[in-house]
Amino acid sequence: MPATPPTAFLNARLVDPESGYDGPGCLIVADGVVADVVHRPDYDGLPHDVEVIDCEGAMLAPGLVDLRVKTGEPGAEPKETLKSAARAAAAGGVTSIVVQPDTDPVVDEPSVVDFILRRARDIGLVRVYPAGAATKGLEGRKMAEIGLMREAGAVYVTDVDRPVVDSLVMRRVLSYARGFDTLVAHRPADPYLTAGAAANEGEFAARLGLPGAPAMAERIMLERDLALAELTGARLLVDQVSCIEGLESLRRAKDKGVKVWASASINHLTFNELDIGDYRTFYKLSPPLRTEDDRQALIEALAEGLIDVVVSAHAPEPAEEKRLPFDEAAPGAIGLETLLPALLTLAHEDRVGLVDLIRAVTLKPAQLLGLDAGRLSAGSPADLVLCDIGAPVVIDADRLTSKSKNSPFDGRRLQGRVILTMVGGRVVHRP
Amino acid sequence: MTAPAPGLDDVRSRTFPFPRRHFISAGDLNRLEALELLDLADGFVALNRQKAKKLDLLKGRTLMNLFFENSTRTQSSFELAGKRLGADVVNMSPRSSSMSKGETLIDTAVTLNAMQPDLLVVRHASSGAASLLAQKVDCSVVNAGDGQHEHPTQALLDALSMRRAFGRIEDLTVAICGDVLHSRVARSNVILLQQLGADVRLVGPRTLMPSAVDRWGAEVFHDMREGIAGADVVMMLRLQLERMTGSLVPSTREYFRFFGLDREKLARAAPGVRVMHPGPMNRGVEIDSDVADDLAISLIQDQVEMGVAVRMAVLTALAARLDNA
Repeated sequence: MPATPPTAFLNARLVDPESGYDGPGCLIVADGVVADVVHRPDYDGLPHDVEVIDCEGAMLAPGLVDLRVKTGEPGAEPKETLKSAARAAAAGGVTSIVVQPDTDPVVDEPSVVDFILRRARDIGLVRVYPAGAATKGLEGRKMAEIGLMREAGAVYVTDVDRPVVDSLVMRRVLSYARGFDTLVAHRPADPYLTAGAAANEGEFAARLGLPGAPAMAERIMLERDLALAELTGARLLVDQVSCIEGLESLRRAKDKGVKVWASASINHLTFNELDIGDYRTFYKLSPPLRTEDDRQALIEALAEGLIDVVVSAHAPEPAEEKRLPFDEAAPGAIGLETLLPALLTLAHEDRVGLVDLIRAVTLKPAQLLGLDAGRLSAGSPADLVLCDIGAPVVIDADRLTSKSKNSPFDGRRLQGRVILTMVGGRVVHRP
Repeated sequence: MTAPAPGLDDVRSRTFPFPRRHFISAGDLNRLEALELLDLADGFVALNRQKAKKLDLLKGRTLMNLFFENSTRTQSSFELAGKRLGADVVNMSPRSSSMSKGETLIDTAVTLNAMQPDLLVVRHASSGAASLLAQKVDCSVVNAGDGQHEHPTQALLDALSMRRAFGRIEDLTVAICGDVLHSRVARSNVILLQQLGADVRLVGPRTLMPSAVDRWGAEVFHDMREGIAGADVVMMLRLQLERMTGSLVPSTREYFRFFGLDREKLARAAPGVRVMHPGPMNRGVEIDSDVADDLAISLIQDQVEMGVAVRMAVLTALAARLDNA
């Protein structure tokens, strides 16, 4: 990153998930890193030529680290490019994104990892980390070049939305990845029980005449994954746990000491199956939105730390993939720009403490991948978000930065406006 | 024009309180609205039995039949209904025309909308398709079956058939039997018949029942003999062949043995029981020909006749709403 003048954030509400500090403070940025932090609203002896930003009590926190972002690059650029995704991330206070390997071509060998890293370097807005495929072509049959991709810069491996059905293949992926200390992320869903499903199985989907995926399909695959993680000693990230059944399995495995972490998507923490209403396809997600009981259980699991990480599950789909009958429409929702204000709802409603919430989108995902991010102490990279967490916003999907506008938050009233996003000491967003 | 049939004298001067511009779900109607449509349809039954069957209630109106799924029966029923009311009727089968090539449902809707139809009758294999279409066009949309969701005019014609056979719907015990899981006919019938005060039962193997079906307000049976015991009406549902060969039930002969309607099982129903089927029937699979063809108990032919009358009533009410808009 090019050299930038030092910046002083004064009169901020610092939220540091590493120390747990939530209170008044000032933070000085120089040479792309945090140079100094004080826990007072003003700062004595500001350096020369410093740009002073009076935060007026707004929250200054580490920039968000989003572990699950889809773009359309390479292969489906009309949906989203790395550049448009990076701009959306910057607008949402997200300073690091992990892009998913289900592109065309699939990220299953080091040259595609390299391509994404070079493109990201040219764009230069936020930090972009590729995830590699667990199996070649995401086909679930042969292992991808996990070691070479790791060396090239892939931060974890995953087959994204396609479960690795063959237990032997999954065992080998876990076992092999362990040798490279590489995290394996897996979406737990039994593919037979969920075949053709468009919504959560239950009364609501049955009345709408929509084929449903039972919550048990998540538990069945998750139990297998947990058993294999135990068998191999590998590190497993449960990608988007969505229901009570999944949480029960997760709890047992964590209690037993299995090396497992879990993410939840902001959508599953915010909406339930009834939001589908009159076949609204922006609420068609994979895994599907579950019941309100499931949503409440997810929030509690996040509050107690059973769920480690919250992701946007950013999945851009253009209008032509969404303006279809529900069973034909593509699943997924964009979320980079709405992640922070949607997440803050849980703090405003006193469901999860602010520091814990911020930790789940900063320090925890960073630690999971071994990235130096998610803290506000001297020497840490100056990846920061300044946010007026009380400011009311009405989400207008058409005005979001993503190339695709499939936001389930369209029209929703949230609180939390990003004032400034900084990556490596450089301002990348300041409306 | 000839003299209208009994009960139709005042059709022209009346306004029908059709609640919405579209007719997507049986749940769009309250009890009074449903009964009013049935009364109107009764008049059309009489009209349809006359030599001169034509009225001009829909004169100048254009009715488009848009059937993405083939259905000779329903399509011709709507076509006749429209023509007998004096509308211009156009049949579109997008699957067999250039419209199907890469064009989405929305594109089709926008194209057709530009041709200024007044009434659009749509059948589609996806649940929610009629509702989606209704959001994108200016005319009235009638749902003629959307996936596994609803088929509201079928429910109305079933109700009319029952009311004419029994003189009432209230307190009739109606056993809906077979593939409830995939049936839009069952969904619409449960809603409408419960609205009209019938006691609805659902009967079928567990693999053909929707999840949480116990919350539909109907008693659920997995034994056909118990399920139709004392029933006034036994409504059989069609079971598609591909679902009978090991995927949801083991075989057609096993299905017929336990869930097919024959004389022996029917003997447990109430005296004077009537049998219904939305058609087309799989004889010897869900229903024995011996039962289906017995005009003393089968209402299956009546259902077809009532179909035209009920659709005339629905179209008349929707058009009256357009006239008054």
